[in-house]
Amino acid sequence: METDVLVIGGGNAALCAALMAAEAGARVLLLEAAPREWRGGNSAHTRNLRCMHDAPQDVLTGRYDEEEYWQDLLKVTGGQTDEHLARLVIRASGTCRPWMRQHGVHFQPSLSGALHTARTNAFFMGGGKALVNAYYRSAEALGVRVRYQTPVDRIELADGRFLAAYCGGERIAARSCVLAAGGFESNREWLRDAWGQNARGEWPAEQFLIRGTRFNQGTLLRHLLDDHGADRIGDPTQAHMVAIDARAPLYDGGICTRIDCVSLGVVVNRDGERFYDEGEDFWPKRYAIWGRLVAQQPGQIAYSIIDANAIGRFMPPVFPGIRAESLPDLAQQIGVDVATFTRTLAEYNAACRVGSFDHTALDDCHTESLSPAKTHWARPIDTPPFYAYAVRPGVTFTYLGLKTDETAAVRFGGKPSRNLFVAGEMMAGNVLGKGYTAGVGMSIGTAFGRIAGTQAARAAVNSSMGGEHGNA
Amino acid sequence: MATLEQLTRDARALAAGEPLTEPESEVSRQMQICNACRYCEGFCAVFPAMTRRLEFAKADIHFLANLCHNCGACLHACQYAPPHEFAINVPRAMARVRGQTYADFAWPAPLGRLYQRAGLTLALALAVSLALFLALAAATQHPRSGAGLASGGNAPGSFYNVFPHNLLVGMFAPVMLFVMSALAIGVWRFWQQITPATSGAALTLPPAAEAAGNALRLKYLDGGHGEGCHNADDAYTLWRRRAHHATFYGFMLCFAATSVATLYHYLFGWVAPYNLPSLPKLLGVAGGVLLCVGTAGLWQLHRRRHPLLTEPAQAPMDLGFIALLFLTSSSGLALWLCRSTPAMTPVLCLHLGAVMALFITMPYGKFAHGVFRSAALLRHAVERRQPNRIGLGED
Repeated sequence: METDVLVIGGGNAALCAALMAAEAGARVLLLEAAPREWRGGNSAHTRNLRCMHDAPQDVLTGRYDEEEYWQDLLKVTGGQTDEHLARLVIRASGTCRPWMRQHGVHFQPSLSGALHTARTNAFFMGGGKALVNAYYRSAEALGVRVRYQTPVDRIELADGRFLAAYCGGERIAARSCVLAAGGFESNREWLRDAWGQNARGEWPAEQFLIRGTRFNQGTLLRHLLDDHGADRIGDPTQAHMVAIDARAPLYDGGICTRIDCVSLGVVVNRDGERFYDEGEDFWPKRYAIWGRLVAQQPGQIAYSIIDANAIGRFMPPVFPGIRAESLPDLAQQIGVDVATFTRTLAEYNAACRVGSFDHTALDDCHTESLSPAKTHWARPIDTPPFYAYAVRPGVTFTYLGLKTDETAAVRFGGKPSRNLFVAGEMMAGNVLGKGYTAGVGMSIGTAFGRIAGTQAARAAVNSSMGGEHGNA
Repeated sequence: MATLEQLTRDARALAAGEPLTEPESEVSRQMQICNACRYCEGFCAVFPAMTRRLEFAKADIHFLANLCHNCGACLHACQYAPPHEFAINVPRAMARVRGQTYADFAWPAPLGRLYQRAGLTLALALAVSLALFLALAAATQHPRSGAGLASGGNAPGSFYNVFPHNLLVGMFAPVMLFVMSALAIGVWRFWQQITPATSGAALTLPPAAEAAGNALRLKYLDGGHGEGCHNADDAYTLWRRRAHHATFYGFMLCFAATSVATLYHYLFGWVAPYNLPSLPKLLGVAGGVLLCVGTAGLWQLHRRRHPLLTEPAQAPMDLGFIALLFLTSSSGLALWLCRSTPAMTPVLCLHLGAVMALFITMPYGKFAHGVFRSAALLRHAVERRQPNRIGLGED
């Protein structure tokens, strides 16, 4: 059977592209690198979509308009974004949910422990894997052919025009193609090279954990950038990075390995020193910077320290914390110099100016004459038992990608390809140059997946009408 | 109120001190991971109940296990399901503990062991009951003149020609009484254990009404979105809910038929058999047909069920119960059809044998799930109305 649209990848963006192309009448083949039980890439670990809306909608409260969404994005990226593409994503996020529902996605109200996102984020019932399952069912019902364990290692182009993809020795031709095969976060050697060696002689990326799939090796991304000279966007060290439990598995630890007690206590590095304001802002607005902060510490490890007062005030961690009845004992157990650790804690405790503690507001509990300061929720850590959670940088996905435009076309030397498109993590860097805000990855993947699918279906029709398709 | 809280704490501490069994530890391990994820909150009652806890002691585990309806939604949606190293399979872990709670809370306690061999228990119960009725029939039918035990005063085709009414009452009434007591004592003990772990607050009308509604509608087989639960794969289906409804309401109609007939007999002196369109007959035929269709459906669904969603050790208990219900209802219908034929006596023996076996195994087989799950639903409806002791800062 001939293929009009070839979709390379099996996550949210790939599925959105496949569904749109199939709805447009194209014969679609989707190639997923993973076996069926691991399908869906990082999308299987997601939980929501950041959505603009001008009035309350089913699971979304209040109003989150285009401008506020844009300002949020501008803030977290520090301006490293493309306003035109960002606004396109934002507007698409306001209209895509009925389509998602048609394809079997269900939404649920914000989860307990995540009510702060009830206004901005629409949660998938059952999370991203339920969404991925629904899309696969819908795709198969629409006649999309799906092949698992089919990693593509290179593609054949002629003058920027897609001809075929190669999986091992097999040549798979199609009239058009959507690349949605993820970033390179699972490729530890590439991460190691990208992050290089630091002043301490360490290779920081060797200590990183990968929060998602092991299948995002970046093979196609590198192939497009290096072998085909596709236009690039983004810095290879930029990624969505979170501080996660150091005991998390190397791959696929997902959401549950997050340590959410940072703002309730202090964080010390391997030398027993504090290094950043733990109470700078609400944790949901700060969790995405702590991965990089920890990556900059010696040994790429840090310890979140809390006392009994914090228990029950944060999402329960997946692994139990290290517990001690005294601070010196805690230092000993985590292997941090006892004298430095107790001095750091004593200085912090003495500097605390406790007003009225309120974890739901930017309260007035702060430190005085302490560097770095803790500007909110500063309470002495003095009530046993004490707990420590070792954290390491956890990479969610990388931002280095292919430069694109509002048609999702891959570009070569500034010229858009007529039949090669890109979506998802492979182009998220166009919108997200750095930083992160919850649910925006899925917004980008959904918006550009749908655009890429529509464009690919159109390109396939054009190519068959123009009689250009003679390479199968 | 303070004393109630104190009592609750004490009871929890006591329960927390009890060592967990292997299936309980597994539920505790999985809940610790689920509680750090919470993606499944919208599916059912288990996950919202889980988020009210930071630790999972014995009583919490028993409560949550019986609250789980084995709908499978959380397995298919789970990013940590096998082959992930976390190997999360909540439906199966809960099913194992459920099986254990039925046995642990059984009364009298030594009979709890029958759960481990539920299939054998059922087969034996059926064989013995059948033999009993066949032997009785042989004994009563012996004098062909009709002057034996059975009174010749009954209408032709009357079952009382085979087994006198009083004999049947004398056999079934004590069994019923025992079965009801055994089930009541078992679930009472379960209730005593889970009450302190579920806020300790007393049951009032609104939660009772809510729980009854959730049980009678099988709310938690609707997937949280109304499209149903899982059976063979990751697609949603309403067939399991429908088949269970047919089984349950079929059973209740049959029960109603028997109850009405009892009233007819004792209050009005209207003696069986009752013909169409009498109320007992209408109820019985409708119930019998529903029960046949429902159990056949459940059996088909069970055969096609996703292997990760089944607990192989409990298959004999599940399938045995379904088969016995089917035998009871189909033999009941057959009895109606062959009442005036020579087949009546053997079919009557088969039907009464099936009913007797169903009754005596009720407290030691799958039937218990309805009672224990209803108790868990009631406690959940109570607990849900209490303020959450855990206030996550972000909320």
